[in-house]
Order: sequence, then C-alpha cells, then structure tokens
Amino acid sequence: MTQDPAASSRRSDAPIIEIRGLVNRFGDQLVHDGLDLDVRRGEILGVVGGSGTGKSVLMRSIIGLQKPEAGEINVLGEPMLDRDPDDPALLAVRKRWGILFQSGALFSTLTVSENVQVPLREYYPEMPRQLREEIAAYKILMTGLPDNAGPKFPSELSGGMKKRAGLARALALDPDLLFLDEPTAGLDPIGAAAFDEQTRELQQTLGLTIFLITHDLDTLHAICDRVAVIADHKVIAVGTIDELLALDHPWIQEYFNGPRGRIAHGQSRHPGRPVAGAPA
Amino acid sequence: MGQIGLPRNANWHSVGAMTQEADLSERDDAQGRTVALSGSLSLAHLGDIPQRIDAIDGEVAQIDLKGIDHIDTIGAWIVHRFAERTQARVIGADEDATRLLEVVARNDTPLALTEPEPHPTIRVLAQIGAATKIVGHTMYGLLGFLGATVMAMGHMIAHPRSIRINALVQRLEVVGIAALPIIGLMSFLVGIVIAQQGSVQLKQFGMEVLTVNLVGRLTFRELGVLMTAIMVAGRSGSAFAAQIGTMMLNEEVDAMRTIGVQPMQALVMPRILAAVIMMPLLGFYASICAIIGGGFLCAVSLDIPPITFIQRLREVVPITDLYVGLVKAPVFGLIIGIAGCFQGLQVRGDAEEVGLRTTSAVVQAIFLVIVLDAVFAVFFTWIGWT
Repeated sequence: MTQDPAASSRRSDAPIIEIRGLVNRFGDQLVHDGLDLDVRRGEILGVVGGSGTGKSVLMRSIIGLQKPEAGEINVLGEPMLDRDPDDPALLAVRKRWGILFQSGALFSTLTVSENVQVPLREYYPEMPRQLREEIAAYKILMTGLPDNAGPKFPSELSGGMKKRAGLARALALDPDLLFLDEPTAGLDPIGAAAFDEQTRELQQTLGLTIFLITHDLDTLHAICDRVAVIADHKVIAVGTIDELLALDHPWIQEYFNGPRGRIAHGQSRHPGRPVAGAPA
Repeated sequence: MGQIGLPRNANWHSVGAMTQEADLSERDDAQGRTVALSGSLSLAHLGDIPQRIDAIDGEVAQIDLKGIDHIDTIGAWIVHRFAERTQARVIGADEDATRLLEVVARNDTPLALTEPEPHPTIRVLAQIGAATKIVGHTMYGLLGFLGATVMAMGHMIAHPRSIRINALVQRLEVVGIAALPIIGLMSFLVGIVIAQQGSVQLKQFGMEVLTVNLVGRLTFRELGVLMTAIMVAGRSGSAFAAQIGTMMLNEEVDAMRTIGVQPMQALVMPRILAAVIMMPLLGFYASICAIIGGGFLCAVSLDIPPITFIQRLREVVPITDLYVGLVKAPVFGLIIGIAGCFQGLQVRGDAEEVGLRTTSAVVQAIFLVIVLDAVFAVFFTWIGWT
C-alpha cells in the first residue's frame, strides 16, 4: 500500500459514526435524551433495546430521515445535521453507505435487477449499461439469491429473498458502511443463520462496517463484535456480550440471561470477542 | 471465523483520504503486452476506465495491479472481465485485490436480468387474450359474489340477530351522513348549471318558463341519483375496496375466518347494506339540492319567484319521476357495494394491488351504474312512466 501507515492508523482509529448528545422527541414523548454512540471502522455493531426504545429512530437519525431536536452526528468524518441537503460532501457520504430496511423496501414496480441498478443509475448515469447490468448480476449472486431472481418482481419473492434483494441493492455502490434494520426478523432459523453467515462473509470480504439493529439473540452472538444497549433514552452500555454480562443492569441481565438469552449464549458458535480498547 | 482485528480490511484507508483517479497504461515486458492499472480502482474514481478497457484489442499477456492503492468489487469485476476476455494473467494483486477477484469470480454466472421479449404481434395478441380473460373472470367473479351476497342476505333475514348493528350504523354514517355536504354542494351546482344552460336554449323559443320542467324532471328521474351514485362510488366504493384490501394484506380477513367470523357477514354485508340504504336517501337529497339550485337560478336570472317555481314544479313533475329515482337508487347502491367489496377481497400480494383494485372498483361501479341506468330508462318507458 502506498499510504503513510501512521496516517492510515490514525484514520482507522477515528469512529466511522460518532453521535453526541442526540435528542429525539415526538410530541411529548421523549425517545432519545443525550444519546452518545461510536461505531468503529470494520466492526459489526449490534444495537438492542426493548420495543419502542428508539432503535429505528436512531438509525433514521443517522441516515437523515429523521431530524433530531439536538445533538451531533458525524458519519465518515462529516457532520450530518443542519447541512444543505445538496452539499456535495453529504452526497459523497450517501454514496458510501447502504441501507437495508426492515422489509426490504424494494421498489415494487421494478424487478430485482432494476432495483439493484437504481443506485448505480442515480449516482453514475454515465456508466455503460452493460457494465451496470453485470454489476447487478454479480451483486444478486453475491447475496445468495438464485440465478433466476433477476427478472422477478418483489411481489414474487419470499420474505428472505426480499431481504437478500434489499441487501444486494444496499451493496450496489460498494459501500463502506451498511445499516441493517432487523435483517433476520421474520426468517426461519435456517434462513436467519444463512443470512447471518452471509452478512459476516460480506463484511469480511468487502471490509464493511455494519450498524445492525436486531432482536435476534443468535445474530448478536454469531456475528456482532460489539453490542450497544439502548434503554432509558440513552445508550447505557457498549461492549462485547461478555462485557455486557458483567454489568449489573436489570434490563441487560434480563435480556441476555433470560431463557432465550441463555440458550443462544450456550449454543453460540462465536462467543463475543473482546475488541481492543472497548469502553465499559 | 477469522479474527477481526482493526487493520485487517485494508480498503478503509481510502476513507477520507485523497484518492487518485484510476488510470491505465500499457507496456511491453518479457512476458508480452502488459496493461498496468493504477490509482483507485473503485466506483467513485473509475472515470472512463471501463470504456478504455473495452477498447483494448488483441493479445494481452498480463494485467498489472501493482500500482493500485484501492479496489472495490466493481473494480475487481472490471479486471476479472478483462482477464476473462483476453485470457491475461493478473499480476501484482495485493491481498485485498486477490480476495475481491475471488469473490467476483465466484459470482460470475450468466444471469438473466430480463425476461425474453416475444414478437410484437404475439405480444399484442397475448395482451388481448389476457385482457379478455380478465374481463371474463371479473364478470364471473362479480356474478358469483352477487350470489354470495344474496345468500348472505337470506341468512341475515332468517337469522336477524346475525346483523351487525354497530358495524352497519358506523357504515351508514360514513357512507351517508359524511357525504351530505359534498353531495349537497355538487347537486346544488349541477342544478344551477342545468337551469342556466336550459334557459339559454329555451329562450330561443320564448319558453324560459319550461326551465322548471327541465330541472324538476331531469333531476328526479336521472341526475340526482346518477350524480349521487358517481359520488358514492368515488367516496365509498373506493373506500370499501381499499379497507377490505388492506385487511386482506394484513391477513385480518383470514384471522376472522379462523375465529369463526364470516367476512361476508362482518365486512361485506354492513357495507353493501349501508350503500343500499343510503343511496335512495342521498339521491332524494341530491335531487332536492339540485332543485334548490335550479330555483335559485330561476329567481336570480329568469325572474321566476320561488313560490311560482314550486307551484309550477308540482304541476309538471309527476310523482312517478320520484319513483323512478327511488327505484334505481338502491340498485345502484348494491352495484357500488358489490364492486367495492368484491375488488377488496381480490387483493393478493402487495400494497400496489390495493391501488389497482380500488381503481377497478370505482371504474366498474360507475360503468355498471350507467349501463343499468340505460336499461332502466328503457324499462320505465315500457311500463309507461314517462
């Protein structure tokens, strides 16, 4: 590599997403109150919390679909809030993330392959059509869809295939950062495990950073490097599952040590790995 | 599972760094012609590299990736495709590039992206055939649904306790009461327009006073009920289709069936009954509003005072005109209710279908209403209610 290693390591240390003092409110209902969170380069960060604690709102705030009341959000070193939406720096950040919504959010009037081509067409209109189609084709295969999925419409796909097609679209621009909103919800355990495996493999081969919202304890154990717990309008703890288990918070204990948590922990193929310098 | 140490994935370090545009150069080595790529071979920095690579002809022995400082799957794909085409050897690939080349090579399977297009003639014929089939199916389905409605009504008459009073009252309010302002205003304006247009024509014969006949007879016999039917189809027929369609998507209708509640009884009958009951009332109300509109215009621009207008109306409008309107109205209501509920229950698949079915419900209802209106016109002439 041609780059200065010192500079490279300095950049690697900077978090890819940095959230400080985030406040979100819907009417009288306070969702986030001074929430802080860092997502480091190259990690899979799992975000957990009870229903209604604002996991999806957090994701929507980061990607700019929800305007927070106060706080600071930096993604890839760019401040995201209070900016002109057409700012080229913001556009450059948007090109470097991919988002998988909960139910895939595929465009229902387009086929799978057209769906995957939408970001390419939008951001790189000068790209030759043939290359664009080839890219769509290998992305579709890369996410584990069968080779006849290209011309199908979303309504013809099963839930798991919709998610894979959504993932293919999220990966269309070769992003550095991937947001997954409950990717295994609604999948059968085999499909969910396969999806986890696929996510891990893609993360390693493509060097992705993944922000993953999930309720699936198996996913947390299988692929997350660190887990952030949202409760009481804040991120109350971030760390490996083992680190979280050592904390004495009732919700965390209930969550990971409840009957489901214990089973997932016992069967875990990949127990939580400590990441250097993880804050308690 | 490999260790995820932080510096493992080398492609982040283009993040935020000044990256060089991808470039291409050619040289001749001992091994033969070599194409060297350099800079950042990633989507954002590709520039015209794909076109330049496509333009390279003839033998290429090696593709040199030594000069590349960043590569993503799209860059890897372009290299892979170029190597496949020229049978060249890829040299100088670092760990990242090797890994990505492997990934894209593994996923290089010819993949149909679009269905094959048939010949235009065949396509047009197929479309006509498909459309005919759909029309046939819809008609058959509507007829079947009419039968099911009649049976449900029979069941309801035999077991009056199965009538869902709350649901019915709620529908009556939504279909009837809530429609009063808009139907009243619309009819009032239509009444004005008829009177105004009619008076302009009749003036040529010095017969402006006949405007009263025109307004009175036309609104009671035809326009009051027809305009109401169109409005109810647009307001309520579409709502029936959308509501039931959404419930179909949410599997609410299936849940009902498993609990032992018949959708025909719980969803369809209250809506159809509401339309059947409300149509005559709304039709009569619309006729009155139209007559008020006509009377208003007569008073303002034809100097016919309201008292004279009403007196004249009583002389020229036979009571059978009112019956004509009142007989047609419940039938139109039935058609609107059936079309809406039937289309709603046909929803399968995704939310887009709800929109399509709602449109069909309104179009079918209005079309059938107008067809039946013509049939009624012939029928009433035949029995002498002219």
